[in-house]
Amino acid sequence: MNERHNGGGNGRLVVEVPKTRFAVSREAFVSGAVMRREQDAIFDHCWIYVGHASELRNPGDFKTRQVAGRPVIFVRDRQGSVRALINSCRHRGATVCREREGNARGFNCLYHGWSYNTDGSLRGVPGEDAYPPGFDKADMGLRAVARLEHYRDFYFVNFDARAEALETYLADAKDYIDLVVDQSPSGRMEIISGTQEYDIRANWKLLVENSVDDYHLLATHSTWLNYMRNSGVNVTPPKGSGLLLPTKGQGRDLGNGHLTTDNPNFRGRPVAKWISVYGEEAKADIAAIRAELVARLGEARASRVADTNRNLVIFPNLVIADGSSVTVRHFYPLGPDHMRVVAWALGPVEETEAQRARRLHAFLTFYGPGGFATPDDVAALEAVQQGYAAWREVGWNDLSRGIARNDDQLNSDEGHLRVFWRRWSELVEAHA
Amino acid sequence: MSAPRAAAAAVSRAQVEDLFYREADLLDRWQLDEWLGMLGEDAVYLVPPNDKPDADPRSTLFTIADDIVRLRERVIRLKDPNCHAEFPPSRTRRVIGNVRITGVEDATICAAANFIVYRFRRDTSPYVFVGQYRNRLRRAGGELKIVERRAILDAEELGALGSVSFIL
Repeated sequence: MNERHNGGGNGRLVVEVPKTRFAVSREAFVSGAVMRREQDAIFDHCWIYVGHASELRNPGDFKTRQVAGRPVIFVRDRQGSVRALINSCRHRGATVCREREGNARGFNCLYHGWSYNTDGSLRGVPGEDAYPPGFDKADMGLRAVARLEHYRDFYFVNFDARAEALETYLADAKDYIDLVVDQSPSGRMEIISGTQEYDIRANWKLLVENSVDDYHLLATHSTWLNYMRNSGVNVTPPKGSGLLLPTKGQGRDLGNGHLTTDNPNFRGRPVAKWISVYGEEAKADIAAIRAELVARLGEARASRVADTNRNLVIFPNLVIADGSSVTVRHFYPLGPDHMRVVAWALGPVEETEAQRARRLHAFLTFYGPGGFATPDDVAALEAVQQGYAAWREVGWNDLSRGIARNDDQLNSDEGHLRVFWRRWSELVEAHA
Repeated sequence: MSAPRAAAAAVSRAQVEDLFYREADLLDRWQLDEWLGMLGEDAVYLVPPNDKPDADPRSTLFTIADDIVRLRERVIRLKDPNCHAEFPPSRTRRVIGNVRITGVEDATICAAANFIVYRFRRDTSPYVFVGQYRNRLRRAGGELKIVERRAILDAEELGALGSVSFIL
């Protein structure tokens, strides 16, 4: 075996020779030991997405979620504050809220009947007089996650009390969140009702790569491209451009392991680029949406919002894909070769019924477990994971596309994928 | 009673059962063009999200919400070897039961049926999709056509079912 094949990693899982090669060990996708290191080094210290402010409109509204492997209640308490409480009774551990979502006056443990207020404070303990004098109800509320902060209504938690502030952590990813939120005249986006929650029998990091990997589009999504072509959308790269896709996009490093694609749009945008799939009757409405953008943001910024797509990865496991529609999806490992994906659609709160319907129609053309594209991504990632069963024989992935370029990385290069892996390696391999 | 309504009201459960059984057979044999022929010209095909089974696809994110235009494109895609999620095509077997006519609205017959759809892929545990079809049917040219199909899944979330990459 030559060095290119064995990685020459000296025990490391990510190997880089500047301008020359970049390799990731397939052990990173199959090993339970690596997954436990990720839990310690990444999920216990990074900011992890928990939910969006729009999901908790009224006092008492709650959602129960898995976040970084813990059961969490994401709740707006009766006084109106958003909280992330660990869903485990302080007495003997049962989850105190077992519904997916709802509006609560409090949470009652089914086991011995301890009850908590929506702010987590302990309200009632049956047979309280049996507890010794040192027992202090004030100290026995549901534990809050160590940190809860938000940026433009996207709420994140951190289980490390000493973590840097969320806004510092997000680094240049903030600019791209702003581009998404600027679609709304009032700067208020909302999670739309309806959850897509599905498993992929593949390592969670494969979905990070896949979410921003525009190199795979032609091979994996030819049936989607055919559908676009059949619907009158031009999906052919310009002659002589050397491009794989109709437009020249970029892959960008946003700091702290965050990354994005940044692509001139060819596939339509509900805000605000018409394509034939939307139908003639939508033309005037989309022109009006665009006019509002221009009036509010100016021509240049409006064009940035309306004419470019971005698939944004907030390290480690949140993707905001702002393309045919906007999807917010997070995902987490259920095992080294198994992940759970939870995805929603996001839209401006001001949208009319017709605009919302158009957004959802556009979403389903590409995204989600019944879309024309996502199921083929799932098939690809599961095929990859199956191939990794031979990781001892074929040990390394090559991620060197574009590495010798002096100028910007194309979206069909792998420069932005390398951003993720460098950060992953810093955290996980420093911990080894 | 109007004539279309009278005609709809005259449809028997046995006729509806025959329709559903024929449909299940076509889908299990991947005779997708023939299946399209069982649908009305304005048919819609809906798989609501598991957490909002009764919602409206204009305001809620569904798993699938195809109008007839996209449904025809879906069939084109499913027949393409580059539809990787269904290549090689899954083997499926549908069991349809508890067929009931639940109402008649003018010329439209509302009919419900329970389904179990087993989907098999190589080296994978069977995927078992359990739920209820809520269909709207209409007579067209002497034939009963499906004009709306809502396939409601009972699973709390798709979870291990993964994708709905075939016609459910």
